Amino acid sequence: MGKQVAVIDYGMSNLFSVARACEHVGLTPVITHKPKDLLKADAAILPGVGAFGEAMRCLQEYDLVGPIKDFIAQKKPFMGICLGMQLLMQHSEEFGDHQGLDIFKGNVMRFPPADQDGKKIKVPQMGWNSIFPRNDKKVWTSKLLEGTAVGEYMYFVHSFYVRADNEQDILSITDYEGVKYCSSIGRDNVWAFQFHPERSAGKGMLIYNNFSKLIHNSKEPLL
Amino acid sequence: MAKNIRVIPRLDIKGPNLVKGIHLEGLRVLGKPEDFARYYYENGADELVYMDIVASLYNRNSLHDIIARTAREIFIPLTVGGGIRTIDDMRGILRAGADRVALNTMAIKNPDIISQASRTFGSSTIVISIEAIKQPDGRYLAYTDCGREYTGVEVGEWAKAVERLGAGEIFLTSVDRDGTGLGYDTDLIAMVSSRISIPVIAYGGAGKLEDVAVAVRAGADAVSISSMFHYDFVENSQISKEHFQEEGNIEYRTSGKKFTKVVLANIAQVKNYMLQEGINCRHDFDFRGARLM
Repeated sequence: MGKQVAVIDYGMSNLFSVARACEHVGLTPVITHKPKDLLKADAAILPGVGAFGEAMRCLQEYDLVGPIKDFIAQKKPFMGICLGMQLLMQHSEEFGDHQGLDIFKGNVMRFPPADQDGKKIKVPQMGWNSIFPRNDKKVWTSKLLEGTAVGEYMYFVHSFYVRADNEQDILSITDYEGVKYCSSIGRDNVWAFQFHPERSAGKGMLIYNNFSKLIHNSKEPLL
Repeated sequence: MAKNIRVIPRLDIKGPNLVKGIHLEGLRVLGKPEDFARYYYENGADELVYMDIVASLYNRNSLHDIIARTAREIFIPLTVGGGIRTIDDMRGILRAGADRVALNTMAIKNPDIISQASRTFGSSTIVISIEAIKQPDGRYLAYTDCGREYTGVEVGEWAKAVERLGAGEIFLTSVDRDGTGLGYDTDLIAMVSSRISIPVIAYGGAGKLEDVAVAVRAGADAVSISSMFHYDFVENSQISKEHFQEEGNIEYRTSGKKFTKVVLANIAQVKNYMLQEGINCRHDFDFRGARLM
């Protein structure tokens, strides 16, 4: 049996596709909102769909905010996806101003209504877009993106994007209608993606595969 | 760089079967939805749309099973619509494995459900399906129940309203063109797309490659296609004639007749054509058996 990944269920996510992706790469997903199940797991994923304020409210209601921070502090592999990436930031301006989990410094902004030439920007961004290493580098700085082509297409669905304060946290950059933004972020044992690897066909599944390899090769003792 | 235009097969579902009609009616059974979904995934579809088009007549568990079986083997987004009435219905469909829900009848009856749903699941999870029929005076009105029920709601105004209420995307069907192969209704696409900022998926009428470019130039952010893809798959796949449930109108699959209203094409042919026309799309992938260039 593969190592256990807690898929954090705060009542409003597309857990099925995340769980299926985990199984596909040999991990055993445990869908849970219980802090003790989370803390027992070998790794964790904070998914995917919903509104920022509502999500934070649900995390608080299930008493998951402290346990998520503890889990990350224990250096166990942790992956955020889409809204799960945004929740790791300090705060968001989605439907009012909301405090986030404050794992990464930076905030969450809405795409502007028009580009520099005044052309209307369609929001949400829905569809496939390319990811590039930051600073026009040709190599990825993260193990999770190993094997991914520079400029690979990934699947995005979002109206808000992350602005990271620390350049070195930025794993990839994406350009949507002239807005160049941080499309994945990472540090130590935490990685997060604005796109949905589990919806990005074979190339997205490569990220899950890298996540799985990293969990299985982890030399850290399991707590 | 201009954004990538999505190519989205639409699969109409009736009970256990994939069906296709004309003007959303006269449904023919073509096969099992999962078989078509898998084929489209492997051949480069950007997303899939399932519409449970006679949802009220069937047990919803059947739809949930189809969603679950599909989501197990495809790793691209799946939008599901048809017969969704409550927030709990939406939750059930999302939990079964759909990524987004498409609403029509309920949204028109009770527009508040759009804001409620978008606050609960996020705007981008909520697709509003608009079934448009052109009136003799040139106006477009929104209908429900596969284009059968008159609502009197004007399509352009409705599109603006659903955006304001928090919808993430519009799935825009021309009922007049559905299944005819006469090309998309570009006036309809341009009218809706120019009024809103959320993406528009154009559907209804694609009959040849050229129709796709015309729809994109009219303002479509994504093109949805059924007949061209479905009949191509039926003609060229190894799926046996027996591979569907013996219910509904199966005469087409058992007769060996050809569907002649559209030029058959697969996803790769559509995307190659788009690239030739200077329309960006996701194209250089190499997952399971997909060949494009």
